[in-house]
Amino acid sequence: MLFKLVVNGSAHEIESDAEMPLLWALRDLLGMTGTKYSCGIAQCGACTVHLDGQPVRSCITPLSAVGKRKVTTVEGLSRDGSHPVQRAWAETDVVQCGYCQSGQLMTAAALLASNADPSDADIDAAMSGNICRCGTYARIRTAVHLAAKLRRRGRT
Amino acid sequence: MISRRDLLRAGSASAAGLWIAFNVPLKAQAAAEPPAPRPLPPPNAFLRIAADDSVTVLLAHSEMGQGIWTGLAMLIAEELDCDWSKVKSEHAPAAPVYAHTAAGSQVTFGSSTTVSEMDRYRTVGAMAKDMLVRAAAERWKVAPSECKVANGIVSYGAKRLSFGRLAEHAMGLPPPAAVTLKDPKDWKLIGTRVKRLDTPEKITGKAQFGIDVQFPGLRTAVVARPPAFGATLAKFDATAALQVPGVEQVVPAGDAVAVVAAHFWAAKRGRDALQIEWNPPPNGGADNVKILDDYRALATQPGAMVVEAGAVDAALDNAKTRVEADYDLPYVAHAPMEPLNCAVRIDGDRCDIWIGTQSQTSDQAVAARILGTTPEKVSIHTTFLGGGFGHRSNPFSNVVAEAVTVAKAAKVPVKVVWTREDDMRGGYYRPQFLHRFKVGLDEHGMPLAWDHVLVGQSVFDGTPAAAFSMRNGIDRNSVTGAADSPYLDAIAARRVTLHSPKTPVPVWVWRSVGHSHTVFPMECIVDELAHAAGKDPFEYRLALLAAKPRLADALKLAAEKAGWSTPAAHGRARGLAVHQAFGTIVAQVAEISLEGGRIKVHKVTCAIDCGTAVNPLAIEAQVEGSIVFGLSAALYGRMTIRRGEVQESNFHDYPVLRLPEMPQISVHIIQSGAKLGGIGEPATASIAPAVANAVFALTGKRLRSQPLQLA
Repeated sequence: MLFKLVVNGSAHEIESDAEMPLLWALRDLLGMTGTKYSCGIAQCGACTVHLDGQPVRSCITPLSAVGKRKVTTVEGLSRDGSHPVQRAWAETDVVQCGYCQSGQLMTAAALLASNADPSDADIDAAMSGNICRCGTYARIRTAVHLAAKLRRRGRT
Repeated sequence: MISRRDLLRAGSASAAGLWIAFNVPLKAQAAAEPPAPRPLPPPNAFLRIAADDSVTVLLAHSEMGQGIWTGLAMLIAEELDCDWSKVKSEHAPAAPVYAHTAAGSQVTFGSSTTVSEMDRYRTVGAMAKDMLVRAAAERWKVAPSECKVANGIVSYGAKRLSFGRLAEHAMGLPPPAAVTLKDPKDWKLIGTRVKRLDTPEKITGKAQFGIDVQFPGLRTAVVARPPAFGATLAKFDATAALQVPGVEQVVPAGDAVAVVAAHFWAAKRGRDALQIEWNPPPNGGADNVKILDDYRALATQPGAMVVEAGAVDAALDNAKTRVEADYDLPYVAHAPMEPLNCAVRIDGDRCDIWIGTQSQTSDQAVAARILGTTPEKVSIHTTFLGGGFGHRSNPFSNVVAEAVTVAKAAKVPVKVVWTREDDMRGGYYRPQFLHRFKVGLDEHGMPLAWDHVLVGQSVFDGTPAAAFSMRNGIDRNSVTGAADSPYLDAIAARRVTLHSPKTPVPVWVWRSVGHSHTVFPMECIVDELAHAAGKDPFEYRLALLAAKPRLADALKLAAEKAGWSTPAAHGRARGLAVHQAFGTIVAQVAEISLEGGRIKVHKVTCAIDCGTAVNPLAIEAQVEGSIVFGLSAALYGRMTIRRGEVQESNFHDYPVLRLPEMPQISVHIIQSGAKLGGIGEPATASIAPAVANAVFALTGKRLRSQPLQLA
C-alpha cells in the first residue's frame, strides 16, 4: 500500500504493508534513526513520537493508523537542539548511554505542551512509561522542571 | 617521567595535523606478573589537532553511558592546555596500540577506563603541548621555555599562534625525550564539574548506535535461535518465510536460522513464519529452582579452599553464639535499552564490523577466525553503546560471531538485530549464587570464627578470557568481595570455600561483576551479627573496620549525612552497607517504607571515595545509575528457567525501576587522595543489602533471597 506521511514538516510517500509499525517506517524506510527500538510492545517508551502533538509509541502504531496526523520525531523537535527540553537536558547533563533519551525528550515535550508547570507527581505520571537503564531519572525530573521554566520564560 | 625509549612517533604520513602514538610502560602491573614484551604500536593516534584548532581525542575504550567520551578527553586537555570548547572525541579503531594498559587487549570493563588511562592520556597531552611549543619557538627563534600556553594558544610577548596553525610544523619535530605531568594542585580541568561532550548528539537523535548503522546494500537479519539452553536445530522449512514481502534469504548459522530481509519488519515477520523443529535440551533442560536445590546440597560440603586461617571448626564449636544463614541470588539479565546488534560487510579477505562493543580485540579475532583472515583485516567501527553493563563484552564475541556467519552465508552486508525477547532470553546472565554462612561470636558479640561457602558458576572458566580471572582453579571473580572482605582481617579463624558447578545456563559478568552477588550476603550477614550482638549496625561495622580508615570514613560520612543517629520518620527505617570494589569505597544508607506490602525506597545517601574525583558530575551520575541498576535487580530481577527455556521475555515480565520509583539520591564525594579507583560499578552492589537491612530494621524480617520481596 502507498502511505503518505508528513514527518517533521516534510511529505513522504511510503510503499509498505499496512501493519508495518511507524517506528520501522521511520527508521528503515525513511532513514530517520533518532527514534529507537527497544521493547517493541509499548513497554519502554524509547520509540515515542508525536502524532499531531500527542505522544504515541511508534513501535505498536501501524502505518494504517497514522492517517493524516503529522508525525514529529526527535529530529524535528527543533532545528538546532534549542527546544526547551533539549536545552534543559543539556544544562542538567541528563544523558548517559543516550539510547532512551529520544523517547524521554518526546514524552517530556508532549507533557509540557499540555501542562506548562508540571508537579513532581505530574512528571512521574507522564514519564513512567519511559524506561532508562542507566538510571538518569533524577536528572530527568530536574530537567523537566527546568524545561518548563525555560518554556514559560520564552513565552513572556 | 616517560623516557624517550618508550615513545614512538608514528603517523607522519598524515597531513591533517599532529599525530602521536606511543607506548607507555605498564608500571601498574602487579609485581607477580611481569609485563610481557609489548609489540611496537602501529601508526595510530590518540590525538589529532587540525588546522581549524579542533582537538580530536581518540578513545581506546567504549562510551556506554559511563562518560569516558568526556573523561578521557579531559585527561588530554588538562595537560595540553587547549581550548575545551574545541575538543571532540571519537572511538578509536581496533588496534594493539589501544590495548587497555593493564588488561593487554582493547576492552572496556571493571570500572577501569580512567584508571587505565590516567597516565597515558595525560602523557599524550603533555607530549603534544611540548611539540607545539617547540614549533612556535622555532618560528619565533626563541627558547621554548620562554613561551606560554593557554587555551589553545602559544604566545611569546605579543606573538600568538593557535594550536591549529602550529600543528603541521609540530608534527615534523621529534617527540620529547621526556615529559613532566602537572602537579595535581595545578589542574584546571580535572576535578571540576565538566558537562558531557556527547550531549548534543544524544538529544537530537544524531548519535549513532550500532542499531542505527545504515548504508546502501545493507540488509537486516533477524535470527531464530534455539528456544532452550542446550537445544539444537533439527530441521527448518523456509517456504513461508520466503513468501513474506521483503524477505530475501533464509540461511542457517550453526544451530540458528537467519532471515535476511530488506528491513527489520520484514525480517521479523519472516522469522515468525519460519517452520523450525528443535531437538530438546538433554536431561530435560536447566531449571533454576532445581539448580538452587543442587547448590544447597553442595553447600553442605566445603568447596575449593580460597581463604583459610586458624581452627575454624573448633572456634565455631566454642563460640558463645552462632549465626547461620543462607543467602541466594537469581540469574539476572543486563537488559540494556539497545538490544544486541551487529552489522557486517565482508569484502574479499577484509571485513568491516559496526558494533557497540566493549571488547574490540576479541571481536576482531573471532571475526578473523570465522573468515579465515587475520585480525588486522577486520575493521571494528565502534558506535555508541546503548548500555553495556557487561552485556557487550561477551567472551566468545557471540554477537559478532553470529553476524559474521550470517553475512558470510548470505553473501551480502547484513545487520543482525536481536529483538528484545531475543536479547532477554539470550543467556550470559549474572549467575545464580548461594552463600552459606556459619559465624561464631565471642562474649562481646564480635566474630571469632567465620565459615563461608559459596556456590555458583564461574563466569570466566572455560572462556577465552579465563586467564584474566582464574588462579589455581579458582575464579577470583566468583569470590571477590567475600574472600578479600575487609571484615575478615579482624576474625582470627576464617574459611572461605567455593563450589563452581557448571550448568547449561550461559553466564557472564554483570555490572559490578562478582561484587554483584557477594556484597548482598556479606553486608546482610554482618547486619545479622550486629543484631545478634545487640549492637547498632553502624557501630558494629566501625568496630570491625577499626584498621580500615577509608572504609570507616566513608561509613561515617554516609551515616552522618543520612541522619543515622536520629530516628527515621514514622513508618520508615534505614539500613546501611559499606564496601570496596574496583579500588573505590562506597557506603550507602537506604531509607525505606512499605507501601501495600511493597518496598519503597525513599532516599539513598551515598559516600564514595575513589581517591581522586576526575569529574564529580560524572561520579554523581554513575553512583545514581549504579543504584538504579542495583535496585532494579534487588527489587525485581529474576530469570525463571524451566526445561531450559527462559520464561521472562520483555519489560512487562522483567520489570525494572521506573521514574516514579526513583529514590532521592545524595552523593558525597571523599577526596582522600588515595590511588585512583573506578566509578562505573562500585555503588551497584551495595544498594541491595542497604535496602534489605532497612527492611529488617522496619519489620524484623530478614530477606535473604533476591529479588527482595515480603511474603
